[in-house]
Amino acid sequence: METLPWLLLVLPLLAVGGITWCGWRRQRPAVVARLAVGSALGTLLVAWWAWRQGIDARGEIVWLQAGGFTVSVGWLLDGLSRPMTLVVAGVAALVQVYSLGYMRGDAWWGRYFAGLCLFTLAMLGIVLAPNLLQAYFCWELVGLSSYLLIGHWHERVTAADAAKKAFLTNRVGDLGLLAGVLLVWQSLGTLDLARIREILAANPEALGSTATVAGVLIFLGAVGKSAQFPLHVWLPDAMEGPTPVSALIHAATMVAAGVYLLCRWFVLLAAPGSAALEIVAWTGLFTALMAAVVACRQDDLKRVLAWSTISQLGYMMLAVGLAGDGRGPVAAMYHLSTHAAFKALLFLGAGAVIHALHHQEQNIWKLGALARRMPVTFACFGLATLALCGVPPLSGAYSKDAILALAHEEHRTGMYLLALVGSALTAFYMVRVATVTFLGPAKSQAVDCAPEAPGVMRWPMLLLAVPTVLGGLWGIDEAYGRVFGVAGEGGGSVWARFVGPWVHAPGVALAALAATLLGGGAAWLWYRKAVSDPLDESLGALGGWCREAFRLDALYEGVLVRAHDLAGSACAAADRWVLAGFLIRGLHGLVASAGRLVRRVQTGNVQIHALFFVAGVVLWLWLMLAWE
Amino acid sequence: MSVGLEHYLAVSGILFCLGVLGVILRRNLLNLYMSLEVMLNAANLALVAFARYNGDLNGQVLVFFVITVAAAEVAVGLALIVALYRKCRTTWVDDLATMKH
Repeated sequence: METLPWLLLVLPLLAVGGITWCGWRRQRPAVVARLAVGSALGTLLVAWWAWRQGIDARGEIVWLQAGGFTVSVGWLLDGLSRPMTLVVAGVAALVQVYSLGYMRGDAWWGRYFAGLCLFTLAMLGIVLAPNLLQAYFCWELVGLSSYLLIGHWHERVTAADAAKKAFLTNRVGDLGLLAGVLLVWQSLGTLDLARIREILAANPEALGSTATVAGVLIFLGAVGKSAQFPLHVWLPDAMEGPTPVSALIHAATMVAAGVYLLCRWFVLLAAPGSAALEIVAWTGLFTALMAAVVACRQDDLKRVLAWSTISQLGYMMLAVGLAGDGRGPVAAMYHLSTHAAFKALLFLGAGAVIHALHHQEQNIWKLGALARRMPVTFACFGLATLALCGVPPLSGAYSKDAILALAHEEHRTGMYLLALVGSALTAFYMVRVATVTFLGPAKSQAVDCAPEAPGVMRWPMLLLAVPTVLGGLWGIDEAYGRVFGVAGEGGGSVWARFVGPWVHAPGVALAALAATLLGGGAAWLWYRKAVSDPLDESLGALGGWCREAFRLDALYEGVLVRAHDLAGSACAAADRWVLAGFLIRGLHGLVASAGRLVRRVQTGNVQIHALFFVAGVVLWLWLMLAWE
Repeated sequence: MSVGLEHYLAVSGILFCLGVLGVILRRNLLNLYMSLEVMLNAANLALVAFARYNGDLNGQVLVFFVITVAAAEVAVGLALIVALYRKCRTTWVDDLATMKH
């Protein structure tokens, strides 16, 4: 009972070590596959067991001790981390199985699975972290493993660049998180979650004037990992990684880590007098809208999904930001959980399409008419699309409705209306990508002989379709509501949950449905028969601008990269001229010329030496006598 | 005019300076060596003069020691010069500049 949850952290770690030393070095793919999938299923089993048992405990070992400061690692299972562990372990296990099919024959099979296990380990480390320090170093571990996986095909320059970009962009956020952690430690004297909760419960003002700064710094970490504006630029490029990795990054790990971190350490953000939540909400809303607009103009199958992830994460941030006043970030966690299921499903579906086309084609305008050839993939992708659009009774409708209702109840009319607009855009781009890819006319020869996904890839998709469809009826929000101490909505029966949004806030539910129908319908009308994007001509330059994500990449390239290069050359010049030139060579020259001067004295003639000797004695005598 | 201590000391000083000049200016090693001896004997003269002035024999005893040690030193020095001459075939100081840096 007390030792079993350790397996959640130990199993992936053993898999990483085992794969690295047994499978990868000696090239034994079967061993690698067994280790990876075995550890993933074992982790899932333990997570399931912990969730069924409702384990509410913690286990820690002291890692290092310095004076009165103790760093411990361990696990903390409670109402929030139990379901999250299940989500992470579940998606990770399905992705591992799916990868067996997707990555078949890959040259770096072992490294890939070692990376996946490391990723799972890092994410579970964040989810289960009983203190901020463990969360922080697992946070860094997530960054590292994402770097390894995004750059998996590192012989492609774009993939190597994307990995580097993801890592460096995340470092910016990580630095903020580190500063936030240190600030919390300085002002509260502890990093332990339970202790922090106690201190803040006893004295809500304990953070004092640093409350806003600490909150914003921690949020900065989440901005990096969860790809919020302005650090979102790494995520679309991260599509260079293998598609199952994208599924993992976009659903259960990495981007979810940011939102989860904010929910987990919500007490720090919600301290009285802190403006952090307001900043979180507006950043989230802006990101949600901007990414939705960009997603409407993308032509790459995976890139649409990437921008949609950024947009949905924006919604979650909005929900976190609106969760003050003792509400708790229930809606954010709700959307995070359902989004994990349907976004993973979307990526696995996209991966099935790419795999069927032999990893050659990702441009949706070269696809089309795949529904007949890949019915299972189409069904799964379609369900996930509808869920993301927010069509009831699929899971996404309920979680998104929770966020919209939250904005409405908080009387943030502006935010509410903008979120509705974003919702319409979501429906638009998702229906667009699904129709163009799977319906409509075939737009190239490549799709003619596309086979259905093999079983090892099909089954994970079918399993993910279950929470995608039913996630809204399981009472996930009620469970999270109990964690944050707010009464669960709905009466607890499936029927009550089914009609929940319509009873609770019929106006919001109606508006959300209308927005979805509006956006989805427009996309359906425009793209059902289209062979090229009809909006390209009508939008003109504006469309190109959106396609290139408002040229933010170019701006960063121009400003940040150039500034970095300039600083680099300045440092190089300083090193070359001041340090090496002036200080080192100058000093060297000084000593050398002094030596050359003094060397003149050493003629080797005994008599000259004698002369100096006599002169020295005379001088010394004279000085001694003069002293008297 | 009676001869006093200062006269002896003056002669001693002049002898010493002559010795120094010899060491610095003469080019032949043997001449150098003789000049060194002159310097030693200048010191001996001063010692003897001081002994006489003080009215005891301490200075004179010291002079005997100096003469004895100087004899040994001359033996060693001359042996070195002979060895040097065998090696370099010269006793001219200007040719013996191997101590140059």
